[in-house]
Formats: sequence, structure tokens, C-alpha cells
Amino acid sequence: MIHAAFLIPLLPLAGFALLAPLGRRIGNPIAGWIATFAVGGSFIVTILVFIGLFQQSPAHSQFTQSWFTWFDVGHLNVNAGLLIDPLSMTMATFITGISTLIHLYSIGYMEHDKDFSRFFIYLNLFVFSMLMLVLADNFVLSFLGWEGVGVCSYFLIAFWFDRDDAASAGKKAMIFNRIGDAGFLIGIFLIFQRTGSVQYTTVFSRLGHVGTASLVGIALMLFLGAVGKSAQIPLFPWLADAMAGPTPVSALIHAATMVTAGVYLMCRINPILHLAPDAAHVIAWIGVATAFIGATSACAQTDIKKVLAYSTVSQLGYMFLAVGSGAYVAAIFLMLTHAFYKALLFLGAGSVIHAMEEDQDIKNMGGLAKLMPITGLTFLVGWLSIAGVPPFSGFWSKGDVLENAWALTPALWAIGAATAFLTAYYMGREYFLVFLGERRWVEAHPEATEPGSAQYTSRGVHPHDASWKMSLPLVVLAVLALFGGFVNLPFHPNLVFLERWLNPVVGATVRQTHFSVGQLWAFSLADAGLALAGVGVAAAVWRRATDRPALEPRFLFMAWFIDWTEDHLVARTGSAFSSFTSSVIEARVVDGAVNGVASLVRGTGDRLRKVQTGYVRTYAMGLVAGVVMLVAYLLVRVGS
Amino acid sequence: MIAAASPIVLTGVTESQRAFPYLTTMILVPVAFAFATMLVPKGQRWAHRAMGLAGSFGVLGIAAAVLDQFQAGDGGYQMVSSHALAAPIGLSWSLGVDGISLFLVLMTAVLVPIALLGATERTNTKAFTVWVLLLEAGCIGSFLSLDLLLFFLFFETTLVPVYFIIAAWGHERRGYAATKFFIYTFAASAFMLVGILSLVFIHQNQTGVTTFDIRLLAQTHLSGTADVVLFLAFTAAFAVKAPIFPFHTWSPDAYGESPAAGSILLAGVMAKLGTYGIVRFDLGLFPHAVVVLAPLLLTLGVIGIIYGGIVAAVQKDLKRLVAYSSLAHLGFIVVGAFALTNEALSGAVLQMVNHGLYTAALFLLIAMIYRRRGTFAISRLRGLQGSAPVMAAVFTVVMLASIGVPGLNGFIGEFLILAGTFLTHRWWAVVATAGIILAAVYLLWAYQQVFHGKPNLEDEEEGFAEITVREGLVLAPLIVLIVFLGVYPKPVLDRITPSVDQIVLHIEHAAHPSIPIEGQPGTAALRGGATVVVHTEGTK
Repeated sequence: MIHAAFLIPLLPLAGFALLAPLGRRIGNPIAGWIATFAVGGSFIVTILVFIGLFQQSPAHSQFTQSWFTWFDVGHLNVNAGLLIDPLSMTMATFITGISTLIHLYSIGYMEHDKDFSRFFIYLNLFVFSMLMLVLADNFVLSFLGWEGVGVCSYFLIAFWFDRDDAASAGKKAMIFNRIGDAGFLIGIFLIFQRTGSVQYTTVFSRLGHVGTASLVGIALMLFLGAVGKSAQIPLFPWLADAMAGPTPVSALIHAATMVTAGVYLMCRINPILHLAPDAAHVIAWIGVATAFIGATSACAQTDIKKVLAYSTVSQLGYMFLAVGSGAYVAAIFLMLTHAFYKALLFLGAGSVIHAMEEDQDIKNMGGLAKLMPITGLTFLVGWLSIAGVPPFSGFWSKGDVLENAWALTPALWAIGAATAFLTAYYMGREYFLVFLGERRWVEAHPEATEPGSAQYTSRGVHPHDASWKMSLPLVVLAVLALFGGFVNLPFHPNLVFLERWLNPVVGATVRQTHFSVGQLWAFSLADAGLALAGVGVAAAVWRRATDRPALEPRFLFMAWFIDWTEDHLVARTGSAFSSFTSSVIEARVVDGAVNGVASLVRGTGDRLRKVQTGYVRTYAMGLVAGVVMLVAYLLVRVGS
Repeated sequence: MIAAASPIVLTGVTESQRAFPYLTTMILVPVAFAFATMLVPKGQRWAHRAMGLAGSFGVLGIAAAVLDQFQAGDGGYQMVSSHALAAPIGLSWSLGVDGISLFLVLMTAVLVPIALLGATERTNTKAFTVWVLLLEAGCIGSFLSLDLLLFFLFFETTLVPVYFIIAAWGHERRGYAATKFFIYTFAASAFMLVGILSLVFIHQNQTGVTTFDIRLLAQTHLSGTADVVLFLAFTAAFAVKAPIFPFHTWSPDAYGESPAAGSILLAGVMAKLGTYGIVRFDLGLFPHAVVVLAPLLLTLGVIGIIYGGIVAAVQKDLKRLVAYSSLAHLGFIVVGAFALTNEALSGAVLQMVNHGLYTAALFLLIAMIYRRRGTFAISRLRGLQGSAPVMAAVFTVVMLASIGVPGLNGFIGEFLILAGTFLTHRWWAVVATAGIILAAVYLLWAYQQVFHGKPNLEDEEEGFAEITVREGLVLAPLIVLIVFLGVYPKPVLDRITPSVDQIVLHIEHAAHPSIPIEGQPGTAALRGGATVVVHTEGTK
């Protein structure tokens, strides 16, 4: 069954290849179903390969499937081939699974969009790229997937391209990603120079000969790529803007899958990080700082999706904290459970936005739980999961991360723990403002109750749960968010399934923590206490109130002014510098020198016209005459 | 003494007497069709176009045959044909093709019919067709010449058609642009002519043989100074032609004011005469000077990448934007040529072809926009994607190829160039890599301005026609090649690398004569011992 692995990325690619030319003709909703089945088929194949791999002994749980030589020059040999191992299959399973659910959801969500089929073309291409990223057996092919998901993210953020904010956000995402990609490339070059290969297994087998400084350089350059793709400090502002895309895109790309690519890459290069502890420290600190800044920023957002966006930034920070602590299993565990509950929260938000006629301001919502019971209940599950309330999945995965952070240094744990409290709090704020309290949308949308205007009555706000296509994914994800933590329970060695499963990939490098039973209980109680405290504070503060300016300072609303600073410092300065270069250096200096020389040669301005129209033409014709004679001569000569 | 050991000397497959002279025919066919077109009366537009297409498709057919006959594993010149033309002065009709020139010739053969099909010139089609065909002959002749003087004649000949194409069918400032182009490149070529003659005289002094044959001239023993001076003389011509920063300022004017066919051939083919000249003649004839002056050229290349990107970002005119983007892309090629590794040089040769393909496609698309709206001004275009989604999709693919997104052709060339350059010149490679960010900045910005957003009100009434079937068919071969070379460049690289290996080996041998030339090419000296299981660092 393992040999069917090539079908995993190929099925979504086939969906793309079919829909790209014919999607418009196939139309709504068949095009959506084709795309969904392509990805669903890929999910089934993934499960089969997964089972096949599971049946192998751990020592033989790594397969490569070589397709063809992509390019081979000098010593640079790059294959197109797949690496099937527990890590890549774990990624592929949750990617295809969640993608299938979100494709299904999108058939409902996008049903009135005039560009319905184009949406699914991009979505299938995205899934293909994402699968290439995680399944590739070398850095360069992974980079193909890496850039591919970035391009699809650009397409999908700018999907409603006639909106200027969406178009700009798409461009911004791609440019921020490219900054990281430059780092990724330099990392690959360094790897190639030091090891003579770009293939994961070969590179890792030759690390013994590479100096520590180079390894730190490689790790940090690849981490720069991860910072761009996974929205870490300082390259995270694009993710907040990316919310301009359709909500299923936010759920799939900007929460569950693409943004975790950086975490995957860092786990993949665990042998390098293991030998470069300095780089690992940098990763841990950037991660925890991002987690904290993201969480605090989420506390002051008023857009239902921006809360989730900053929350994602924060959760990704946790994952890098885990990576930097050497806790690769914990990072993957959190990635997995985060994919469940964050996709759930985004899809729930999408349902709400649908119900609110595209209004995304949580201050204009309220009291939706009764009108949208499925959305309300599943959102509640999502909130409690991300908050880390036991026994929801977030409790187990976040607990893992924090323990390992403590093992590295307690300071990391302290910031992480504060962030955990904030997480429970800001999601509680969102839940209370959206689903409980007064129905503020009645006033916010007076046109809904104003029967006189025919234009508006059709667009009235009548909140209700959406069709089964949108509700089913919510329910499935809620179940996963609730029970997802059970793939790695700490009570018994047999229950840490994920850890044992990933052992062949990360076992040699993962940090071994040795806590006493008492310490473990203390961690668990602290985690649970922080989560419940956050829930409690949120309830106390936001159950009745809708505005608490002291708790929503502008500094946090602007996300610590990091985007603002970068915009002014880099973007605007850059444009000004570009304009200066073009209008002064290029026009006056470089070209000015050329024209100056020309003026010197041709003397006064009077004769300029003559040179331009007369002499050059004469030279040119003279040259032609010469060539014609020469050609004639040649013809005669060669012919003889 | 002739150093028979040198790898460039006469290693190619010599032409058997009975073999069909493909290369000579490939040059003469467009010339013959050009003369024939002259005989067609004025006003018969369709006859002129038919002649132009017949001639250029004929060349394409011959080029396909050459590709078919080409021996993939052989790095030397193939299908060589040599006839003395003027024995006393040493001029000979010497043609040959190797991995460096093969795909440049093919690219030319592909781009000329596309340029003719994409051209919509209505006035004086006869002269237009004649000039394009003569330009094709000149370019192919330049790529195939093994005789320096013959090369120079072809190289110079190309100026004339381009001058007239710009001056007669160009846009508003065509006179200025054509003149600037002509004088600038013509003046630079004068340096090369002096260089050629000096080299031949030095060679004559040493051997008593008067020849322009580059395979023999490569054996000339040059003093350090002479080597450097001659290198600079040749490079002057190539640097202007390519162009390389800071000798580029003719190109935005020329690209911008040319008609579509002119821009396609200027950026797609003519620019490659400069970079091809660097690889063939600079690297082939002056290996010592190359090693000495590589840092200078690498620096100019890297400046071109960054500078071109910065200036492109504020252009108001689509064609000038592509001109500055070309400056950046040619910067990559120059960097690849002077990194002196197999990877980088192969990437540079491949990137010459890649750049020709996507730049031609960009100019075709821009011409289609111009045909509909009569402007190249970015600020006057907006929201086109709504009316023309297919054109927007095609533009997107070409743009992504130009940005260097993997899966499309631009990536392979850039990746090889940068990876290979990193081995020998790390910091240049790092700065050049930063240049790929700029490519995304200016192209995505331009795309957003032109295709995204809501159309202006008056434009909305006017509408914007979707790409026609005819236009699509003209673009299709380019798109197919862009995707094919991105997914499966191996057959092309397999033919490029043996010739590249010879050049790299030639330079290594010149720089370090102690290295036996029989060895695996490209393994040692110039890499500074820093690659391939040579893990000196860790053991120190």
C-alpha cells in the first residue's frame, strides 16, 4: 500500500489540471464536488499508506519513492521523489483530512460566489503544494511546495481582487513570505556547500563533518524561512491582513496547514537543530515572544477573524517554543490539535459572518448561541480546547509544550504560562461577545428591520445555522478538538501513541525530560488552573459589558505597532529610496553621464537633430550596404 | 607550440563531407526569404507576412533537425563546417554548435515566428518582414560563428535591423531611442573590434598563423596586462549589448519605444548576444583575466539585480518596467557566468533561454493590452482581471516564471546560478538572493495595479476584450515551454552541461596549470575546496 503514495499529491494535482481549463464550464456546484473528491481520495490513499507504514517495524519506517531527476548539474543532484516516514505521513493525514472537510464546507460557503470554480482550482493547487512540501525527499522539492503554498495563499487572499484591501493583502503576504524564502534558499545553498547534497537523509548522515558555526547558520537561515511562512516576529503582520480572504481559506491555509509549514520544516531538520543548540535557543525565544505578542494583540481586536488571526500567530509561537526546546513531538502534537480547534473556530466564524451578512465586528454581534445552536456549541468546544481546559485537546498538547519549556529554562515557561492564561481569556471574550449577551446586530443593521427599502429586505440579517455542508465539518472538527488529545496521553507509556510513532524520526534528538510524578501533577494543575482562570476572568469581564477601553488599548489593537513600524521604516522608506534612485541616480547620474558624453561628442544642440535623423541613418545604411555586398560575396564563395 | 591538451581545441565532431550543412542553411534561409520578400510588390501585406512566416518556420524546422542530430554527451562543437573565405586575412566561414549555443539558436528560432505572429504592424509590412528576417540571420550567425571576425560581422549586422524596426515602427520617442541604441552599442563594439584585431596580431606573432578561429586563438599566450586589456575590450561590447549595469540606459528607451516584435527580439534574443559573448569569448579566450576580474563583473551583476529591481519598482510604464526587470535578470546571468562553477554557468546558459521565453511572453501580453487600451501607463490600467480572466491567468503564469517560482522555468536557472555562485562567492550570492524579493515586489505591484481592483468608470463602459484564440495560440508555445522547462529541464541541461564542464575546466586549467585536465571537471581549485564531502571545516 505504501507504493500508492504517489497518488497522495497527484490526486489534488489532477483535480487542478482538470478544473483549470474546464472549471468554469463544469460550474457550480459540480466543480466544487470534483475538487472535494480529489482531496478526499487523497485522504483515503493517505490513510492506506499510513496503515501500510504502521505495519512496518519502527526500524523500517522510512521509504523513498523516486519519480525522476528534476535537475542534475555538477554535484547538484535534485530528485523529484517522496519521503514516506512517520513525520511526513502524520502531516499528510491531517492536511488531507482537514482539507477535505474545508472543501466540503466551501461548497456551501462559496455557493453564491460568481467565481466559484476558480476558488476550487486554487484550493486543489494549494493542497497539492502543501503535500509536496511535507512529502518531498529533499530540500529543493520541499521548497517547490513551500513557494507553491505561498503563491496559492496569494491567489486566495486576493481572491476578491476587486477589493483593494484583499489585493494588497495578497501581495503583502507573498512579499513577506519571499523574505523568508530568501533565507530558506540561502540555507539550502549552505547545506549543499557543506554536505554536497540536498536530500534529507543524505544531508543528515553527513552532519558529523560540518562545523557548528555552519550548522547554526543553516538552522537560522531555514528558520528565517519558517518565520516568514509561519508568521513569527518580525514577519507576522501579513497574517492579520490575510484575513481579507474568504474564511475557508483562513481556516485551511492561515490556521491549519500552510502556516504550520515552518514548524514542520524545523521538525524535519531536527538532526541539525540538535547539533546547533544556539539556533534552537533563538527559535525558542522568538517563539515565546511571538506567542505573547500575538495573545496580547488578540485581546484587543474587534474583528472576529482578526482575534483568530492573532491567536494563530500566538499558537504558532508556542509550536516554535516547543521546537526550540527540543520537544518535536510536542510541537507536532500542538500543530495537530491546533489544526482541529483553529479550523473549527475559523469555520464557526465563517458561519457567523454568513449569518451577519459579512459584518465581522464582534461588537455588533451577540446572542447568537440560541439562534445558531450548532455553530455556538462547536465554537464553545473550540474555545475550551484552545484555552486548555481539561480534557479538551489543547490541555494535553499545550501542557506538553510548557513542560518542555520549563526544562529548557523556567523563564520560557513563565511567559508561556502567562500566554496560556491570555489565550483562555481572549477567546472567552470573543465567545461572550458573539454568542451571548444582547443581540446588538438588531441595531447595527437597522436596514434589516426596515421594510420600506426593497434593496435591503433581501439582505436582511436572519441568523441561522447553515446547510449540512457547512455544519458537518463543524461537528467533525469539534469531535476531533474534543478528543484529539488522546493521541498522546501521558498516563502510560502505551498511551503516548504520537511519541512512539514519531520516534524513528525524532527519537534521537528529542529532549528527554525527567519530571517526578509530583512535578507532572503540579504542571497539570497549573495548566488547568490558568485555563480556568482565563475562562473565569473572561466571563466576569465580558458577560455583561461590550466595551472596556482599559482592556482594549490601542497599543494592543495595533499589535504593538509592529506592522506600523515596519510599514514606515521599511516600506515607505523603500519606496522613497526607489523613487530617488529612479529619478535622480538613474535619470541624472547614470543616464546623464551617457547623454553628457553624447553631447560632448556631437557639440552644440543645433547639430543634435541632424545626428538623430540624418547621420545615424546614413551609418546604418552604409553598414547594410557593406553587409549586403559581403553576403553576396559569401553566397558566391560558399556556393563555389 | 600548440597545446594540444587544452580542452577547447578542435574536440568537436567534424563535419563529414556528405553531411547536410544544417548550420549554414539555418543562416541562409532567412536571408534568402528576406531577399525574396523584397521582390514582392508593396501593399501585398499577406504575401509579406506569409514570406516572413515561411522563412522563420523554415529556420525552426532546421533548428529542430539540429536538436535531433545533436549528441547529448559531447561538449565540443558539433556539425562544424569550415570554409576559408578570405585566406590572406584569415577570415573563414566557420560554424559549429555546442551546448552553449544550441538552445540559444533554438530559442531564436522559436521567438522569431512568434514575434512575427504577435506583430500587428500595418504599415510597410514588406520592410518590416525583411528586417526581422535579417535580424534572425544575424543573431543565429552570431551564436554559431567559430570565427571571431565572422562573429563580429554578424554581431554588428544585427544593429541595423533593430535600428530601423525601432525608428520606423516604434512609439512616440522612437527616433531618440533608436539613435541612442545604435550609437551606444556601435561605439562599444569598436572596442571589441580593436580587441579582436589585437588578439589576432598577437597570435600571429606567436605562431605565424593568421586566423580568427576561436579554437586556435584560445591557445594564444597572453601577458597578464594584455589579457586584462583584451578582456575589457571584449566585455565593453558585451556589457552594453546585454546590458550590464551601468551600461544599460539605452535599454529602457529602446525596449519601451520598440514595437512589440522589436521588444521581443531585443530582450529575448539580442540581449543574449551579450551574455553569450561573455561565456563564449571572455571565458573561452581570456581565462586568466576572467579569474582576476570575476569579482568586478560579479559585483556589477549583483548591482544590476538590486538596482534593476529598485528602479523597476517605481516605473510608470509597463515596458520600461520589463526593461529594468531584464536588467536584474541579466544580472543573474552575469553572476552565473563569472562564478566559474559548473552549476552556476549551466544555470546562466539555461537562464538565457528562460529569460527569452518569459520576457517574450510578457511583451506579447503587454502588446495585447496596448492593442485594447492604447497605453502602457500602469496608472491608466485597472481591474482588467474582471473582464479578461484568461489573460490575467496567463499573465500570472508568466509573471510567476519571471519571479522564479519553482515549477516554472525561471526557478531552475536562478537556483543553479545562486547555488553555484554560493560555492565560490558566498556574499555575492547572498545579496543576489535578496534580489528575488524585489522581483516579487515590482511584478506583484504592477499586476495589482493593472489587473486587480475595480475598473475605472469610463473604462468599464469601454470594456476589455478577453484574449482571442489567435493571441492564445501565439502565446501557447511559450507557456508550454515555460512549464516544461520548469518541471523537466533535464534534457536541456544534459546537453548544456558537457560544454559548460569544458569551459570551467579550461578556466581552472589556466588558473592552476598543475591540475590535470583529464580529471572530473569542476571539482577542485575554484571551489576553494569547500564542497562535496570535502568537510575541512569540521575536522579543523
